[in-house]
Amino acid sequence: MSDIASAFDHGKAFIAFFTCGDPDLETTAAAVREAVRNGADLIELGIPFSDPTAEGPVIQEANLRALKGGVDTDKVFGLVRDLRRDVSVPLVFMTYANVVFSFGAERFIARCRESGVDGLILPDLPYEEKEEFLPFCRAYGVKLISLIAPTSENRIARIAREAEGFLYLVSSLGVTGTRTEITTDLTNIVRAVRENTSVPCAVGFGISTPEQARRMAEVSDGAIVGSAIVKLMARYGRRAPQYVGDFVRAMKEAVRGASDGE
Amino acid sequence: MTNPRGRFGVHGGQYIPETLMNAVIELERAYDECRRDPEFDRELTRLFNEYAGRPSRLYYAEKMTRDLGGARIYLKREDLNHTGAHKINNVLGQALLAQRMGKTRLIAETGAGQHGVATATAAALFGMECVVFMGEEDTRRQALNVYRMRLLGAEVVPVKTGTATLKDAVSQAMREWTSRIDDTHYCLGSVMGPHPFPTIVRDFQAVISREIRAQVLEKEGRLPDAVIACVGGGSNAIGSFYHFIDTPSVRLIGCEAAGRGVDTFETAATINTGRLGIFHGMKSYFCQDACGQIAPVYSISAGLDYPGVGPEHAWLHDINRAEYVAVTDEEAVCAFEYLARTEGIIPAIESAHAVAHALKIAPEMEKDQIIVITVSGRGDKDCAAIARYRGEDLHE
Repeated sequence: MSDIASAFDHGKAFIAFFTCGDPDLETTAAAVREAVRNGADLIELGIPFSDPTAEGPVIQEANLRALKGGVDTDKVFGLVRDLRRDVSVPLVFMTYANVVFSFGAERFIARCRESGVDGLILPDLPYEEKEEFLPFCRAYGVKLISLIAPTSENRIARIAREAEGFLYLVSSLGVTGTRTEITTDLTNIVRAVRENTSVPCAVGFGISTPEQARRMAEVSDGAIVGSAIVKLMARYGRRAPQYVGDFVRAMKEAVRGASDGE
Repeated sequence: MTNPRGRFGVHGGQYIPETLMNAVIELERAYDECRRDPEFDRELTRLFNEYAGRPSRLYYAEKMTRDLGGARIYLKREDLNHTGAHKINNVLGQALLAQRMGKTRLIAETGAGQHGVATATAAALFGMECVVFMGEEDTRRQALNVYRMRLLGAEVVPVKTGTATLKDAVSQAMREWTSRIDDTHYCLGSVMGPHPFPTIVRDFQAVISREIRAQVLEKEGRLPDAVIACVGGGSNAIGSFYHFIDTPSVRLIGCEAAGRGVDTFETAATINTGRLGIFHGMKSYFCQDACGQIAPVYSISAGLDYPGVGPEHAWLHDINRAEYVAVTDEEAVCAFEYLARTEGIIPAIESAHAVAHALKIAPEMEKDQIIVITVSGRGDKDCAAIARYRGEDLHE
């Protein structure tokens, strides 16, 4: 286990997402290590789900490829145990409620604790339903990470006040995937967050270039990148880790020194 | 019947992305207002009667009754509604609600195309934009319905992801809704998804059992002994059951699609073969593997080809208020042919699942007992597929 807050100790944070098992678990492990070596402050490990309703086409396809390759929840826990031999940055799972529920919520969250997973992001578990898993997360010291969207408005204060680990700010309407432009007024959302919590917040969805990452980090505490990395994995397959490393280095350099833009 | 947060026992809830939460909260608020507004009810009733052709007939199937030699059989003729199925009841209600909310665009998922056609119809009537998501596989199986939707002015988007069938169409419609909420209402087609959809859709479909109750009392002077309907997501079934739930003497029987059999992987019988899970915004029973991955399901009926079931059905099953039985492709096709020959009524292959179960139980019931079968839709759309099933190739 590590402390999620420590991810925000090295300037603005860069958070990298991987779909576990695409193209295979060995390559995922190698790519995660390259990302960490090149400055990734926190790693999101996606446990594949057959019907990922919050994802755009890039991550949807990665999920299906991984499942076709035979990845299951136990094997992903195995990956985490392997990573924890030498990876010390915070690791969080990103998956869907049914993956946790089906495994048995308490069993899943206890296993997170044992294997060294620090947090859990479930895009289909909004504030109203978090009691489903929160008691187990509390009991085992695993952070249940909340999301805030451009449509959250009057809900921001309530979500922020109870936030743990970090807050995941969804940059735009729609699903994950790279975007040419992000037009949401994130400054005002972040201001509302800061009024209610000291938990750091990072922006994700649609970020693919160092310039976008820098701008997102200027208004928040960090940038989260998924689809752009998953695209590299799809394009280069087993040779992807070195490309991921180069990409992460450029992205971390862009966000590290981002000044507070307000 | 509903708990405060849209729960039916442990089932239901709102397991959706944060991006959609304010949209469903706004929908719930708007619906509560409409429900209390007599003008809304008057307008909906006018649409039901003048546009959709309600009330639908409760027809005494005399030949079928005589042939089976048991219970008296009535058919609730939802197939006679405008657009040919019960789907129009829900869609007119939601379109009216969407209009009240100031929405100008309807999106919908569809399997066989019946809900898509109904939504496209309402959009044409209300002067709204309409986009329908349909699995690419289903657009091929139901090319005629794709044409009907386009004729009505809707855009049909083939969904290529996953199994390219109904569940993928629902996922894609949800994704589309998260990207465009301001002017768009998601007109969900069944009693599923996040609260308040299971309640809204049920209330609009409850007109079926409200009419059955009055019609059977008028014709027989008593309530039926059993009401039978097919269950995919479960909207025509909950509509047929709703006003009988508090009358325990009425058996409520939902017929799931067993496909090639509940002991095979090629089935869509969720309550009979599924497990409790969380998907598409709700907690309910789902066909899934040991790791919670949603299973590819199969049925000859594209409308029942869905891996989940509405949360209220899951609850009626838990408390033993309704029975859920499985009906195979073969039994449904035989019932499809039987009803055509016996009563001159070609039912939708979905509805034929309900007819098939009546064929099993009616002969064992007393002659003074009464069964109501909901014929949820008409079968024209299925003729080519049934012919194919029987080894005959039709050129439509």
